[in-house]
Amino acid sequence: MSSTTSAIEQSTSEPPPGDFADPDGALTKVHPNYRTVLRLGVVLAMIPVLIAALVAEAVNAEEQFIPTGIIAGVATLFALVMVIRFPSRRYGARGYNMGADRLRVVRGIWWHSDTIVPFGRVQHIDVDQGPVERAFGIATMTLHTAGNHNASVNLPGLEQELAKELREEIRAHIKRESL
Amino acid sequence: MSVGDNSGGQVSGGLRTDPKSFIVRGISMLGQLAIPIAIASFTIFNDGDLGDLAIFFLPIVLAIIAANFIITYLQWARLTYSVGTADIRVDSGVLSRSARSVPFERIQDVSLEHKLIPRLFSLVAVKFETGAGGGEDLSLSYLSNEEGERLRQVVRERREGEALEAGAGADSPQPAVAEEDARTLFAMDPRRLLIFGTFEFSLAVFAVLAGLFQYVDTFAGVSLWDPDLWTEWLGAGGSTVAAMGGMAQVLGVTAGLVAILVVGSATGLVRTFLRDWDFLLERTARGFRRRRGLLTKTDVVMPIHRVQGITIGTRLIRYRFGWHSLRFISLAQDAGAASHVVAPFAQLDEIAPIVEEAGFALPAGDTDWHRASEKYRTDSMIMDAAIFVLPAMISGPIVAYNAPEWAWLVVTILLVLAAVSAAAALYAWQFKRHALDARQIMSRSGLLSPQTQISTRLKLHSIEIAQGPIARKRGYATLHLGLAGGVFQIPGVPIDRARAVRREAMTTIAATDFSQLEHA
Repeated sequence: MSSTTSAIEQSTSEPPPGDFADPDGALTKVHPNYRTVLRLGVVLAMIPVLIAALVAEAVNAEEQFIPTGIIAGVATLFALVMVIRFPSRRYGARGYNMGADRLRVVRGIWWHSDTIVPFGRVQHIDVDQGPVERAFGIATMTLHTAGNHNASVNLPGLEQELAKELREEIRAHIKRESL
Repeated sequence: MSVGDNSGGQVSGGLRTDPKSFIVRGISMLGQLAIPIAIASFTIFNDGDLGDLAIFFLPIVLAIIAANFIITYLQWARLTYSVGTADIRVDSGVLSRSARSVPFERIQDVSLEHKLIPRLFSLVAVKFETGAGGGEDLSLSYLSNEEGERLRQVVRERREGEALEAGAGADSPQPAVAEEDARTLFAMDPRRLLIFGTFEFSLAVFAVLAGLFQYVDTFAGVSLWDPDLWTEWLGAGGSTVAAMGGMAQVLGVTAGLVAILVVGSATGLVRTFLRDWDFLLERTARGFRRRRGLLTKTDVVMPIHRVQGITIGTRLIRYRFGWHSLRFISLAQDAGAASHVVAPFAQLDEIAPIVEEAGFALPAGDTDWHRASEKYRTDSMIMDAAIFVLPAMISGPIVAYNAPEWAWLVVTILLVLAAVSAAAALYAWQFKRHALDARQIMSRSGLLSPQTQISTRLKLHSIEIAQGPIARKRGYATLHLGLAGGVFQIPGVPIDRARAVRREAMTTIAATDFSQLEHA
């Protein structure tokens, strides 16, 4: 848990995100605060796990099936690994690229996905901010297309001002919303 | 008040549906009422005292019918529609009012449906297809045939006008051009229907029969599933058959199979004749117009620029005789299905002109087909076999422990199934290929009969390269192409090829804006 609070302090003072690349070109990383938001989500998800572990530990204390502390220890270890490792990996795998006429969004470690949406096919654009995202100054941009697959493409973790800029830039390409 | 008074008025407010639709609704409502009343009277009159009960019963029935007619009348009277300059509005509701407005530019197609009873009164149900999900399309039932045609024409003209205003529809024909210059693209005569119906072999009738049996079983108390009933029935006959020896039994089984074959084919024939009678596909000024149906006639118009892709399918046996079906993937829905059948049963040389008319081209002989990755083939063989190998590994020891004499049989059957499904995956891989030409992207797949899907590169809305954990390790990916109104995915493409396909297709897509697609 303590690692989370230090991570927040770290990430807010970190320099702008660095780029990475793959065979289809360079990718921009999203804002580091996105990693923090992810981490907060994992922390929240881990609380029930830890509570369940403590309950199991209490039940076990009466009957002594297994030595005391094993369940809680394993659960804590799991939670720590998830909190430290998972958000960083996920953040590291996510990137985007604003081309002259297209947006490319890359995400996922195990289930990897690499989507290109041409601006000329965007129906409308949403910029959303949840309460946590707002606290960290980031936003999610969603592009809607008319295709059945990828009817909406999400790009979370953009700095709020940047998200608005990108939206304006893409909107300039949508000449007329038809259909 | 009536339709006739207002015909010609363009912006007039509050037209009603045809008064005869009230009669049609009344009739169909009576039909719905008849069965409950019959059942109720059956149970009541069964108790005797016919005369006394009838005196009490009859007024109640009449009151119910009268109330229903009044409600139907009110519903009819309170439903009005109006054609405005920008939209079609429908106001309806007796107690709670609802008003719906559909702008012309959102209307994809106007379809006319002639169902049996309305048809007798020359009425038609008009449906304005907006591509909205959840069956939330606007429909008016019923209008006179002429009014239906008029509405369709009005919607088309408005859309046409809008297109001309937008300046992009320069090459679209004059709105005044009506249906007269329609050109037949494909039609099916009774002889073709006969062949088609034979291939549409269906055992659905047996499911219906089983359902009926179940019904009789529950409601009539005859236990049809009880073997004793049948043994008793067949008692005399069965023993004679048994006495006649092997030859007669073989004959009996053969006769049974022939009967199933005849019934199955007959079902297929009847269904085909009902659905596809007088099948006619025409090229009109506005697009493709398809009419078909024996009892329920449907009339659908598909504007050419709304055709997003085409699918050519076939089945195991008909493929050997060269029969294929052609479907258009379009934004508008067709009886719940996302694709429109435009040629249900045709030879390839009949399909080619239709495909060409829609702005597509069948793959040429020198098409540069690319196969799916060989690693994908290996992996899918392993995965498909695993579906049966895993149960074999689990059930083997369990069965061996509980009933050793069955263990070998169970494990052998599961392993044979595993081998078969691995072989099927291998065979299917042989057919799996895709190609990219100057304008289109094509994919072909199928186990024993190929299915071809073609889409123009221009009309794709997004391209995704997706990889699961195994695919990522083994270097292949699934290409998901964002197609409006349909799904188009090509699995097992080597990752480098997938990237190359996307790069090339993107050059075409990005060059044209969505709004110009409408009239491309």
